[in-house]
Amino acid sequence: MDTMSPAPLLICEHCDTVYRRIPLARGQVACCARCQFVLERHHRLGADGLLALTATAMVVFIQANIWPIVTLGLNGQQSSATLWGTIIAMWQQHAQVVSVLAAATLFFFPLMKMLLFGWVFWFARRGERGPGFRGVMIVLHYLRPWTMSEVFMLGVLVAIVKARAYFEVTADPGVFAYAALTVLITVFAGVDFRQLWDVTAERKP
Amino acid sequence: MNRLPRAAELGLIRCHVCALVCRDNQVAGAACPRCGARLHRRKSASYSRTAALLIAAFLLYIPANLLPIMRTASIGEMDDNTIISGVVELWVKGAPDLAVIVFTASIMVPMLKFLVLGLLLVCGKCGSNWAQHQRARLYRLVEFVGYWSMLDVFVVALLTALVRFGVFSSVEPLPGVVFFGLTVVLTMLASMSFDPRLIWDCGCDDE
Repeated sequence: MDTMSPAPLLICEHCDTVYRRIPLARGQVACCARCQFVLERHHRLGADGLLALTATAMVVFIQANIWPIVTLGLNGQQSSATLWGTIIAMWQQHAQVVSVLAAATLFFFPLMKMLLFGWVFWFARRGERGPGFRGVMIVLHYLRPWTMSEVFMLGVLVAIVKARAYFEVTADPGVFAYAALTVLITVFAGVDFRQLWDVTAERKP
Repeated sequence: MNRLPRAAELGLIRCHVCALVCRDNQVAGAACPRCGARLHRRKSASYSRTAALLIAAFLLYIPANLLPIMRTASIGEMDDNTIISGVVELWVKGAPDLAVIVFTASIMVPMLKFLVLGLLLVCGKCGSNWAQHQRARLYRLVEFVGYWSMLDVFVVALLTALVRFGVFSSVEPLPGVVFFGLTVVLTMLASMSFDPRLIWDCGCDDE
């Protein structure tokens, strides 16, 4: 999908050292000789692969959101919770700050990230930049540290262990969807989507 | 090892949004030709912003630890939990491995952030080139583990939503959890506004 030759120079994000860019082979990672920060990685997956992964993440994300995560039982009574049930419960219990934080980092930001990734990868398959490419890439840059689904996954495990002492705990499909989502997030964590700037060009009119 | 050139010496700037290598025209407010972001050699007011956010985070961290984060109630019995008592409970109830994870995420990580960012600020202000490699590594560690501190906040949220058996058993969040959530957000903002390039600006010890 190379339509433009990448810039010949590379600057380390963490220490400002300048390097001449060299093509990386499969599995290679370029590290800064001064501070050891990762300069660049070889990407095994092209835009097609990344689009497919985004679509998969989308399906899993929907399931993680609509299915209940855990069910508790006490004297024959049952109580289960979904992600949105959790967000709403915090709002009603006067912890609106936490509710907003959870809604943003567990629902809105991940959702936006997936939709925007889908948008840029869709066009990148042909080496093109779709409408609004610049804005989308800037939003993605600022969203990067603010999604926390994998932390929530660990939180679910801790909550299960805590609740097990008092209730009968059943893991619901939602928790498995979250586990799958965590795996996908780990795969995405190694993707430097800024390379899209180098491998795409504005569409010819 | 050859001397490694730095961007400022070659008159270059790296765009912080799209990573494009741009020529430094010495004009204030110049924009990246590719993504339009405003170019700057270093993050603006990095020391003062990081220090301000870190102090604010520390002030909120005190009530986050002293105030209870959740209340469990069952048939007339009320029990308020702080972060530490939650860890102790996990340890005693036979899940010491999880107790260690929660202790790390809720207590070690925030403390580590205060210490590391504080150290980076002091060393940077003194213009010291002591242990640059180790400091660079510490910064990356803080950046990497930062958001895992939200763990306890999510646990409280989930338990609140789950344990709803009326008088028999219920859980409600208490103000400590709000302070704790805000602490985590502020420490994340603090580590983002610190510019790791400052570590190397007082002369590089590999030269």
